[in-house]
Amino acid sequence: MTDSTTTTDVTSSELLAVVASRELAARRTVFAGIGLPTLAASLAHLTVAPQLEIVYESGVCGAHPSHLPETIADAVLITGAEAVLSMPALFGYVLQGGHIDVGFLGAAQIDKWGNLNTSVIGDWDAPKVRLPGSGGAIEVMANSREVFVVMRRHDPRSFTEKLDFCTTPGPDRAVEEGLRPLGTGVTRVITELGILARAGVGEELTLVAVHPGVTVDQVRENTGWDLAVADTVETVRPPGADELRLLREDVDPDRVYLR
Amino acid sequence: MTMREAVSSFVHDGDTVSLEGFTHLIPTAAGHEIIRQGRRGLTVVRMTADIVVDQMLAAGCVSRLVSSFVGNSSAGSLGELRRRVEKADPEPLIFEEYSHYGMICRYLAGAQRLPFYPLRSYGGSDLPSVNDGLRKVTSPFPGPDGEPEQVYVVPPVNPDVTIIHAQRADRSGNTQIWGLTGVQAEAVYAADKAVVVVEEIVEDEVVRSDPNRTVIPSHAVDAVVACPRGAHPSFAQGYYDRDNAFYRAWSGISKDPDRLRDWLKEWVYGTADHAEYVSKLGEEFWDSLAVGEAMSLPVNYGRRLG
Repeated sequence: MTDSTTTTDVTSSELLAVVASRELAARRTVFAGIGLPTLAASLAHLTVAPQLEIVYESGVCGAHPSHLPETIADAVLITGAEAVLSMPALFGYVLQGGHIDVGFLGAAQIDKWGNLNTSVIGDWDAPKVRLPGSGGAIEVMANSREVFVVMRRHDPRSFTEKLDFCTTPGPDRAVEEGLRPLGTGVTRVITELGILARAGVGEELTLVAVHPGVTVDQVRENTGWDLAVADTVETVRPPGADELRLLREDVDPDRVYLR
Repeated sequence: MTMREAVSSFVHDGDTVSLEGFTHLIPTAAGHEIIRQGRRGLTVVRMTADIVVDQMLAAGCVSRLVSSFVGNSSAGSLGELRRRVEKADPEPLIFEEYSHYGMICRYLAGAQRLPFYPLRSYGGSDLPSVNDGLRKVTSPFPGPDGEPEQVYVVPPVNPDVTIIHAQRADRSGNTQIWGLTGVQAEAVYAADKAVVVVEEIVEDEVVRSDPNRTVIPSHAVDAVVACPRGAHPSFAQGYYDRDNAFYRAWSGISKDPDRLRDWLKEWVYGTADHAEYVSKLGEEFWDSLAVGEAMSLPVNYGRRLG
């Protein structure tokens, strides 16, 4: 493989994983749920954040897996790990106790404040599509210092003015209700079109970068609200040969997530 | 006790049944026996409602589900659950939706016989609007800034019976789990009755050689069932690996109601017990899930001299 690898050779999963992994530079603890986040965090561990400790929702801290974990509770995560905690310890002491720098989440829908829907499309009582629900997402959002969201799809249905249902609220909604959440909520949204960013409570998500060949207008058209755009919109550096090689050969050789 | 006896003694129509095991040690064989015995009207409490719950739904055992994640791990959808929730097909399912820590706190409250348990979740979420169990209280103590502090609480859950799977126990029920220990101890202590299903029953000396590995002492356990490979398609750390191919296959099987019913007919109703299910899968299959050794080093508990 050479450096001439172009983005056309890169699948959407690979692109998202590589870009998300770069955002983890210099972070210490990351809470990874099921799917792409695990991939991004595993890649970051091999590249920009060797000191990164991935805390898995299943209770594993400091995993040293011999193979890519196929789930957040894969047996290979346990063998050789630095610690395995019970659920009350993991969610109570580690997460709610404020030990997580970055929480990784996905969603079916996101709004401009970084609130997330993973429960239903349609009405909750008689949904068009029943989705898996919160899992630990509500706790990850409420208690991580910041949250990165990886979205497979960037279209007006997923990036919506109004969520069908708010499963996982960002701090803005919590504050409105009189509660004081620990974290700043979503600070990065990584999609197949680019990167949206937000610094904290009171700020909406702003387009800060696009992938090569993607225009700002294209992102606007595919976002269901009137998208704020940074004064300078950067172009995302395409996945490099090294990043792709690590991802394909070391992180996910069986293409468990790289579908 | 056999699985048949345990289910017939401890699981009754209309009961609230907790099945716990967070991806690891899922009590699948117990779920299958509940299906064989045709239980009806159960409330199932399970953090990650996955394949075994989809199977119990399809068999008509469950009328209410209390859960924080209703999906087939990262491998796809639960066809029967979606039909029940989206179309009330073939009948409605009452669903109480929580988050993971909400479920954990319900077990913690239940295990300690507390009236509720506080957690820093749900502020601004729509979940309290569809789940009466999520309520907000004002702390009797001032917050860090001296001002009154509001916090959400969840109610206790006290299942009629909790069933878990574990690696090993002694005859009296001292249960040892290693690897992911999940919320099993809390779920057992929250319940009126507890059934522990194990890969193997071991001599007392084995347990007593390493008492810190006992996650649940015998006083909390009402029945011990030996059921090797009873957590399939999930895994038992150090015994057998996860059957990832089956997880992937389940989305397709469960998507088609006829195919799902055929699967139940062949693999659950068509087998007398889990031993038959295990032998029907065949030795070659089990070889593919075999794991090698990675032994922990022993620790010295010490012995008083003289």
